[in-house]
Formats: sequence, C-alpha cells, structure tokens
Amino acid sequence: MGEFKVHRVRFFDYMPSAIRAMAFNSRTERLALSRADGALEVFNFADSYFQEKVIPGQDGRAVEALCWVRGRLFSAGLNGEITEYDLENLRPKYTMEAYGGPVWTICSNSQGTHLAIGCEDGTVKIFEVLEETIRFQRNLDRQKGRIISLSWHPSGALIAAGMMDMIKVFNAESGHATHRLLVERGVGASKSREVVVWSVAFLSDHTIISGDSAGKVQVWDGVTGTLVRTHLVTKWDVLALSVSRDESSLLAGTSEGTVVQFQFISSTVDQHDKEWVRTRTFKNHTHDVRALAHTDTAVVSGGMDTQLVVRPLLEKVEKNTQESALRKIAFPHRSLVSCGKKAGMLLFQFHGHLELWRLGESDGHGEEKHTCTLSETHGGCQRWQGDDHICCSALSPCGGWLAYSTISSVRLYRLQYNGSNISITKVAKLPKVLRSAHQLCFSSDSSKLFASTTHSSVIIIALSQSECKYLHTLRPKSGTRQPVHLMSASEDGKWLATANSDCEIHVYSLHKLKLHCTVPVYSSCPTAMAIHPTTSNLVMVHADQQIFEYSLVQKEYTEWSRKLQKQGLHHLWLARDTPITHLTFNPRNPAHIIMHDTYMFCIIDQNLPLPDQKTLFYNQMTLRSLPEPERTSHSHSFKICKTFQHLLCVSLLEDHSLVVVERPLLDIASQLPAPVRQKKFAT
Amino acid sequence: MAALYEGYTLCGLVQAQNQSDSGIQGIESERDSDHVVVTDSTRSVTLYKVSDQKPLGSWTVKQGQTLTCSAVYNSHTKEYVAVSDNKVIRVWKEEDIILDKAFKATVSSDVWRVHSVPGGEPVVLFQRGAVRLLDSLLSAPQQPVEEVLAQEEAIRWSTTVIAEAAQFVIFQTEQKGDHFLYLQRPNLNAVQRYRLEREEPGLSPLSFSASYRDKHINLLYLYPNGHVYQSVVSVRGPGMEEEAQALPLPRNLLFALPVGEGLLGAASALALDEAHVAVVGVPHPSAGAGKDFLCIWNTNFQTLQAGKEMSGKIYGQLWSYSSKLFIPHGKSLSVIPYECPKSSLASALGKLRQARTEESKAPASVPSWNTILHGEKVQPSRTVETRKTRTTRKTQSAPSLTVDQVLELIKTAPVEEVQREVEGLLSRSDIQELQPSVGQLASSLVSRSVADPAFYTPGTLAQLVHTQCLCHSVCPDLLLLALERKDYFLCQLCLQLFPDVPEAVTCACLKTFISVPDADADSMSLEPDSVAFMESVITGGRGQGGLQNGFSPAPFEEDGTDPLSGGGAQTKTTAEDKEKTVTEPGQTCPVGLHKAVLLNEVLQTAYSDTFLLPHLKDLSSQQVILFLQYLQFLYLRYSQDTFTQTHGLRSPTLTQIMDWVCLLLDAHFTVLVMTPEAKGLLLNLHRFVKSQVRLFSELGKIEGSLEELQKIKVKKEVGQYSIEVIELF
Repeated sequence: MGEFKVHRVRFFDYMPSAIRAMAFNSRTERLALSRADGALEVFNFADSYFQEKVIPGQDGRAVEALCWVRGRLFSAGLNGEITEYDLENLRPKYTMEAYGGPVWTICSNSQGTHLAIGCEDGTVKIFEVLEETIRFQRNLDRQKGRIISLSWHPSGALIAAGMMDMIKVFNAESGHATHRLLVERGVGASKSREVVVWSVAFLSDHTIISGDSAGKVQVWDGVTGTLVRTHLVTKWDVLALSVSRDESSLLAGTSEGTVVQFQFISSTVDQHDKEWVRTRTFKNHTHDVRALAHTDTAVVSGGMDTQLVVRPLLEKVEKNTQESALRKIAFPHRSLVSCGKKAGMLLFQFHGHLELWRLGESDGHGEEKHTCTLSETHGGCQRWQGDDHICCSALSPCGGWLAYSTISSVRLYRLQYNGSNISITKVAKLPKVLRSAHQLCFSSDSSKLFASTTHSSVIIIALSQSECKYLHTLRPKSGTRQPVHLMSASEDGKWLATANSDCEIHVYSLHKLKLHCTVPVYSSCPTAMAIHPTTSNLVMVHADQQIFEYSLVQKEYTEWSRKLQKQGLHHLWLARDTPITHLTFNPRNPAHIIMHDTYMFCIIDQNLPLPDQKTLFYNQMTLRSLPEPERTSHSHSFKICKTFQHLLCVSLLEDHSLVVVERPLLDIASQLPAPVRQKKFAT
Repeated sequence: MAALYEGYTLCGLVQAQNQSDSGIQGIESERDSDHVVVTDSTRSVTLYKVSDQKPLGSWTVKQGQTLTCSAVYNSHTKEYVAVSDNKVIRVWKEEDIILDKAFKATVSSDVWRVHSVPGGEPVVLFQRGAVRLLDSLLSAPQQPVEEVLAQEEAIRWSTTVIAEAAQFVIFQTEQKGDHFLYLQRPNLNAVQRYRLEREEPGLSPLSFSASYRDKHINLLYLYPNGHVYQSVVSVRGPGMEEEAQALPLPRNLLFALPVGEGLLGAASALALDEAHVAVVGVPHPSAGAGKDFLCIWNTNFQTLQAGKEMSGKIYGQLWSYSSKLFIPHGKSLSVIPYECPKSSLASALGKLRQARTEESKAPASVPSWNTILHGEKVQPSRTVETRKTRTTRKTQSAPSLTVDQVLELIKTAPVEEVQREVEGLLSRSDIQELQPSVGQLASSLVSRSVADPAFYTPGTLAQLVHTQCLCHSVCPDLLLLALERKDYFLCQLCLQLFPDVPEAVTCACLKTFISVPDADADSMSLEPDSVAFMESVITGGRGQGGLQNGFSPAPFEEDGTDPLSGGGAQTKTTAEDKEKTVTEPGQTCPVGLHKAVLLNEVLQTAYSDTFLLPHLKDLSSQQVILFLQYLQFLYLRYSQDTFTQTHGLRSPTLTQIMDWVCLLLDAHFTVLVMTPEAKGLLLNLHRFVKSQVRLFSELGKIEGSLEELQKIKVKKEVGQYSIEVIELF
C-alpha cells in the first residue's frame, strides 16, 4: 500500500474530568453521568454503550447527584441549585434555587411524582414533579448537620437520610423523623472524626443499607431501627452504593477503587433466612469509585480515574460474547480535534479553552510551532459569557476561520498569519439567528459555515472578508427533535450530511438548498461519516461497528456496501469496543477510506478482497515478513495499524501526510492525584 | 416447572373423636403472608407465625361451647371474628387474652360461616342462605334473617371472592342430590343461582375452589371419580328474579385424574394460578395405591409437575396462602412452599434448556453461591429425584434410595444402615449431580450426631468431605463436631478441603491440637501424605544433609552469624554435633509427629489477621510457647537447603510460618516477655526477624535494580511531536 509520512502529535494535553455521579434509567437503558467539570453525558446501553449526548458543563456548576424521573433528567449540586436538562437541545432547561445551601443529593420516589433533595442546612426538601417544571412542596423536619444521602422506600412513605454520624428515617407524609440510626465511627485515629454516611439504600423489605466513611457497609432493620450486620469492606471510604432492581444484589464502591458486591442469599444450604453476604470484589479503578450503577447484567462504575467501566456479571450474560467483555470508556465518542487540512493546523478543544497549533514543515525538522491558547492570550475578547464550557468547535480547512459554540452563543474568529505571527480577530456581527450550535462545520472552500441547531436543522452562513451573512436554514422532513451529533460537508461543495441521535442521516443538496435524501435508518447510531470527494458516496460507521456506503447520486447502497453486508464484517472488527470517531478519504487513491478508533487506525482499500471469517485479520506483521510478490495474495482490504495508541484524531493533510493525535492513557493516569495509600507487601 | 419445596411442620394435630377428621376447621390468612389463624374443630383458635413455626397467640372458648366456624381476621379493624355454637358471634383483638371477656353478640339464626378477605369486609353467611355484612349485622344482632334456601337444601361449601371492587359470596348447596351454586353480592342483595350439571348418580363434588381472573369467577371442583371441572361465571351475571329457575352452569372437564380403582374418599383440588392445580388425596399416577401424595398438575398440558408423598393419613383438606400450601396429614399440619413459574410447552415436556442448570454443572470445586443455595438447589435435585423415583417404582426390586429417602433415613436409622445407604448413594450417582444434596446429607448427619451422642459416622462424613462439594458455611457444625468427637482425621480433611473455615474455628482447632497428649496423637491415623512430609521434616534434616556432594559443613556458631546467612551451612551431621542438637532448641521437634501434622494443617488454612488475632489471645502461655517452639523448629528446617526437595507434598510455606510467628507474638507479646522460659525463644525469634528484615531489604534492592533494567529497555521515549514514516502493506 505504501508509505505514509506521519505527524505524531502528543501535545494535546486532553484531560477528562473525574466522574462524579451516575444514574441509570433501566426503561430506556440510558446511563446519565456527570463529571467534575459539570459536564453531563448520556450513554445508550442498548446501542453498544454509545455516548449519545454530551451537555457541556459550566464553571461553578458541580453536579453532585443525578436522578432520572421517567425520561427526564434532574441534577443537584453544591451550588445549591436543582437543574432539569433539556435532552433535545442539550442544555439545562431550567435551574431552581433550593434555598438550603449546597445540595448533596437528589432522589426521586419510585412513582416518579416527587423529588427529595438533601441540603447542607440539614433539611430534606420535597419537590413535586410537574409536567414542565418542579415545585417546592415542603420541608421535612430540619436536622442538625448536613444531609449527605437520601433514599426513598419503594412505597414512597418513608425516606432514609444519611447524615454525619447517623441515618435518619423520615415519614414522608408527616415529615417527622421516625428513627435515628447511629453509625459507629472508625477505630483508632479516626475515632475523633465524624463518620459520613455517603450513601444509603432503602429496600422494599424495610432494610436500610448504608455505606460510610469508616469503610463499613451496614445493614439495618428499618422497622425496628436496629443494626443487623456490619461488613467492613475497606480501610477508607465507601462512597457509593447501588442496588439491583430485584434487590438481590448490592454494590459498594470504595476509595481503594474496588467495587464490592453483596448478594441477598442464604449462607447455608438448609437455612431459609436470607442475608446480605459479601460475594465478589471487582478492582477496575485506580482511584475512588464515586459513582455506581447496577444494571440488570453489569456493574457500571466510575470515579476519580475518569474512566467509565462496565463490568458484566458473568452469570447474567452469555459467556464469550461481546456482552460479556469488560469495557472501559476513557475517551469521548466524538472528535475533539479539528484539522485545517490545507494549512496543516490543528484545533484542540478543551472544556474551557481552545488551542490552535501549526504543524512543523515537512523539511524533516519536525519542529512544531504552536501558536496560542485562545482563552489566555486573548483574554479580553474571548471570555465567554456565563462561564459556559465549549460544546463544539471547528477550524476551516484553509485555517482562516475558527468557530466555536457554547450553549448560549456562537463565536467566529478570523485568523491571519504573517510569518510566525498570528492575529486573531473576532467577527463582531454574526447573524442573530445563530444563537447556539450543536455542531459546527466549514465548507471545504471555507466560504460557508454550517451550524446545526434545534430540531436537527442547519443554518448556513456565508463568510467573506467583509461580512457574514445568513443564507438559509435546512430542515429535515422527519420532524425529529433530537440534536445533530455529526455533520459533514462534501469536498465539492455539493452536499451536506447530518446525523442525529434518532439514528437518522439526512443529506442536503447545497446547490438547491433543500433536502436531497434520507439514508435508510439503521438501528444503531452513526459514530462517524464522510462524503467521498469524487464519487459522492456517503460512508457511515455505526456504534455497532457496521460500515455502510450509500450513493448519493443513485440514492441506494453501493455495490461494495452490499457485498460487505452480505459477507459480514470480520468478528475481530466487530469485537472492538471503541467506536470509530473520525473518517476521511485519501485524495490520491479514491478507493481508500481512513478511519480510527481509540486503539487503531485503519485504511480500508475498497479494491482489495474483503476478509472472510477465517483470514488473519490483523495481518500487517505477516505481510511485512512476506516477500513482495506474495503480499498481494495475502492482503485484504482492512489495513490496520496499532503503532499509535489512544488516538484522538487521525486525519490526512493536503500534502498526503497523516496527522495522528495521540493521548496515551498512561499520561492521563500520571496527571491524576495520588490514589489512597495501600499496604504493599513489606511496607 | 412448578416445584414443591421442602416442607415443615407448623403444628401438631389434636386428634378429634372420629379419625376421618383432621381436627382443623379452617386456616385463614392473617395480617401478612407470614401469619395464619388456625381454628381447630372444637374450641380454640391459634395465631401462627409461619416462618418461625411458632404460635403467637391462642384463644379458647369455654368448656361446653364449640366453635362452629373458623375464625377470620378482619384486616380493617385488626380484629378476629369467630362464631361459637352457631349463633354467638365473637369479635376480639390480639391483645385480648380471655375470649369470654371479648365482645359477643347472639344472632337470631344459625350462622354457617363468616368470611373475610383482605380488601373486603367480613360477611356472615347464614345456614339458610342469607348473607349479611358483619357490621350491619352487629348493629342489630337480633334482626330477622330471611330464608333463601329451600326446605331440604343445605350449604356444603362457601367462600368469598373480591371481583371488580365488589365482594361476592359464593356457596354451593345440595338438595336431594341436586347441586346448586349461589353467587351473592352482600351489598346489593342480588343473587345468581346456578344448577351444577349432574355427574354420575350419587356423586357430589368433593372440593371446590374459586378464584377471580379476567373478569370472571373461575370455579374448580373435583368429583370422587377424579374428574376436575372448571366453570366460569361472569361477574356481571343476569339479574335474577327471586323465584326464577336456576340456570344450568356450563362446565368443562379440565382433566380426569387417575383414581385407580374405586372412588376418591377425601381429596381436594385447589387452583394455584391459571395453569396449575394442587391436588391432594389423589394417588400418584406412578406410585402404588395406598400412598398419599400432594401433586401439582399443569392444566394446560395435563402434566404432573411436582409430587410429594405425605406421610400419614390425608384428610382431603388443603389451603394455600402466599405460595405456601397448608396440608394436615397424619398427626401434623405441614406447610409446603411451592413455586409455579410461567409454564411453557417446552418446560412442561422438560425440554427447556435452562442456562442456570447448565452453569451448575460446570466443574466447580469452590461452590458457586448462585447454584447451590436456596432457590436453584431444589430444582436439579428434584428432577434427579423424580427420575429416580420412577425407575425405582418400575423395577421395585432395586433397593437403592433417593436423596430424600436417605435424608429421611438419616434421622432415624441405626449407624450401620445410614453408612451403607449414604455410601451407596455416593457411589451410585455422579458427584456433580449430587452436589446440592451433599450439603443436605452432611448437615442432617451432623445434626443427628449432635443430637444423639451414640450416633457418629466418621467414614461417611469423611467421604462426603472428600467429594469437595462441601464447604464450612454449608455445614458449619461439621468441623466442631469432629473436634468434639476427637476425630482428628476428619478435622484434618476439613481444614484441607474447606476454603472458608472461620478464624474462630481455626483457633479452636489449634487449641485442641496443641493440647492433645502426644500419646493420644500418635495413635490416630492421619492422611499419609502429610505424615510422610512431616516425617521427612523431622528426620530429614539430619539424615540427608551431609550427603550432598559429600559436603559436611561446619557447625554454625551460637552468636556468630545469623542462622540464615549461611543457607545450608547449619546442617549438622557429625556425631558430636548430634549431641549439640539436643541442647539447641529448635533442632528437635518439640511435638510429636502426628501433632505436628495437625498443626501443619492449621498453618495452611486461610485466615485474615484482624479476625484471627482476638481468638489467638485465648491460648494459654504454655500453649503459645509450645507452638512457637514448633514454628521455630519448622522455620529452621525450612531455612536449610536440603529441604527444597520435599516440596512436592502439601506443606506449609515459609511465609505462612513467619506470618503465624508474627501473629502469635502480636497476640501474646507482653505475656511472653514476662515468662522466663520464653526468653530464649524470643531471642531466637528476634534473630529470625532480623534476618527476614535483611532478606526483604535485599529483595527491595533487587527489585529496584530490576526496575532500572526495565527502564533501560524501554528507552524509546516519544516526544511531544515527531514526524515518522510508517509503511502499511
């Protein structure tokens, strides 16, 4: 296939932020996850754990707890506010001040009619969930000391609240505390320190289970208010608890990075009394496990080490299948890098700022020239309103324009170079219609900016030296309300393709300014797509790793795509657990498609035979060892390179050299704070 | 498949005068699924907590009075209602101790029954067919009661059902061989009257059961010829005129139970859900006559799903509350939990492949919680059993017994027979298949042995332990029993094979082992491998050391170097050294051979130091010193080079020995310091510790240098940015 010059870039200091809270909605199979920077992510567990939606955070908005109420998502944080999210427009719908100081926890009753929040000032506040909003209903009896954790009894009549040194049980009707369960402090030095009940769970048989900062998981009888059993699981804190839906299994996440499973079983054969027995310990984290979810088949955990880990319970899933594999989700399932192909420039998106870099000249020196960090160097004009974080950004192919969007505004900048200097000017007047965008994209000749907004519509802005003009709004006909998460314009300026979370892919004709066609909807969400520069074929890769090629001219799947579907993809390809996040073409060889996931990049040569199930899939080493003439007989269309690891972007510049942006997970791990100290053999 | 689980006895039966009566008038559910009220046929009412098999309260009417209707529980008012001498309604609460002091009211007509269901009001059904709500009746007890039934018509059975928020009283009457069914709504006074189709002449229904499903009341009734009929009555039946003719009640034959020869005497059928019927008093199709079975039939597929033989006489009475069947038989009232999962044709035919059972077959020497415990345990054993029973019944001659039978046998039979049967059972069946029952066998053997001092089956228990299907938590009393009976061989086996011996028990074993007199210890037989190992430890050091390449090392100096530094240099072979070994502590084994073997087992068990430490403190200082001496002896032996060759056998590791030394010292340090005879020992141990510390610091150094080596190898540091050329093929 040949040689590629590769710009190996490791200066993107991308640092995911720690996972703070999690909530799993078993009806929709969506996991909502919040990070320390306030960002919110929604994963679709039914669709290969695809990260469907991302709502950017905001400075000062720390989400401490999340809660689903049917399809609606609520959060509460230490800023004292309750927020409901608009999952269609990927922004907070409203926030409501709770007037109780920082809010530590939020929890809904099983009927989904009320929310309870636990506040710093010692009150548990009950909010009624209304159609469009929530309304404060009343306070339960105020306690001394903060309310750290809450759990409703499934009947909705009782609420257990974890506090400092104790658990209180409230009658939700009367608001009075009915029981006070004293939690013992740790031994030794920690005797003098208050014990924090980080998490409580109230089961339908009136058992209360608590996890606390002394490392205990305790089982209480909620009727009599007596301690039934104490399990000392760690020397550090038990930070999170999660109970399975059938209440037969319980997870506890600790500061040591372990997740301990308890099961409700009888411990000897002839005994019919069941009790909570510690059964398994999972260690998939290096740091605190802050958030846990117990799905029907898996343990989902996340914490300080920023990775989301899905550990299937092997007795619940079929063995040796995709479903039974451990998954670690470390990177976002979307591209944070945009590449100015013609100018050899890279734009890195961080949550609060952007970095623009110019790649070194190809004279072999490889000395890069990094330009600036927008937020720092150009403080005055780039300070965004309301401390909102960036949700998307784009760099024009020529490198002359830069755009980014937060949930409240879109900014466009003009970049000019003279020698090694760069000047950045903000385009002052943007059309009013452009308020915020879910995705931004420049046309290949950098004359247009496409911005997707509500209901999957796309606004087209014409760019010129003098002004920016609103041209048109493209709307899909399907009436979807979901946001666009992928957008791709064709090289020849004819087409624009958008994909949304409903798995719909719409293709617009940019000449006629109207919808050209809708690709047949596939059940899995597209994770990357691009339009071929010469053949106008749209290539799509989905979360379940399937690849499709759709001819925009004929409005049908191409021959190659049909062949691929008929023969089926190689099982090793399907077994990969990170989605393809970027896709591009090689102008020198129109049959080449370049795509990458976190662990590899791949060049698909459409002219070569497809690998069947028996062929050696990762065959680069074999081919290397073979003499030149024999190689053709052994090669197949998937050329996979794993030399570069933990990829954030692979793209092809105009001079046909590859740009590979790496971020080794080890580097991320090394920047994490030190984990809790653990005893090793002779220490 | 539906399944009947192991039952238990709720209470004994007070035998009434005539033998055909169980002595129980009725069982009614109380406040929750775990409480029932049992009314006997004479004078008393008892409240039971079912899971505890314990009576919580009992009330009796005065001598001379009788209860004529079973007591019911009114969940609204939390009161009990019963009727004595047909006319006196009694209402009391749980706090009331003496029934006669509680509320009573005499009504004007004879009462047949009082019915109450959760969610409904108590209803009084008079013998002449009138129905009153209890509340309205008690407001005017002497109110006139009309006669609904004809002159010679008499109620045979009655119940109440809640359907569509309305309460129905259903009762069946007999008039000159004709049978009628009445449906009455007490609040509306609307009666529906149906005539049951005649079965063969002279046959009247043996039992009824009614349930509400899909907007209809389903009636299930059993005739003595084994026919089970189902009739569906619409809740919104036609409004009946007082004098209108009774409608014929359509029925369909659900299935005909095999009755063998003759007719059924006392039998009962009870609908459990839409597809399952529990039947008692009908012979098992594959068992002989004269045996009474409780069976669950699937009506959809007409298959027998589960059966259980009931010992003693069956009275044809059966109640079911919250997945438990209550059945009086012989001299006791048994509670049998059951399960009726949704049935499919595949499962009815036994073709449903269950993922779970598959998993349980996976070879697992460490028992998996999910498969062994509770729920799942019954299913596999049941299938085994039913298959076995069938084969047994067919051949009749084969004397082999099923697991359940053996379990029964263990409770009563003499030692020899138990041993023979259990061994037979073990040798017959596949161990994997038996896995769940091994625990049951062991625990019943142990409980018999505990209860009966004369009963003990060491061989059988050892065999059970050997299957490796047991662990301590399955049968917690086994190891303690073995200790108590001084069966050290079994102790050894348990310690070897159980992965989960608690620290307290380990410590108890240790204590016992240390204090066993050496003479006793030497007489016992232990596992040969471990004995062989220990023999080689005791003799080996002296015997073989010198033979290595003819090298006879110099004796080591008392206070010169530390014992470890020289590696194998400490072995003494020459005759004059032998004398010295006698004086040198740690060179002769301080305990006897067999005792040492047992102690080795303790050393090798898994433990957690936090839990072990408090129990170790129970040892006396003499025991501690002895044990420490033994550990020291082992340690010295192990530090000799000659020792590595025997390590194929199961033996304590050096680390285990060191850990135990540390633990013992932690637990008893102050005591040891104060004990003069321990001084030398402590000094020696101090030397060990020094050598260990030195060893580990050396290891640390090695680790450090190895890490450096690794770093050198991964020299290829990639910078922040580079341009590379790759080639793809």
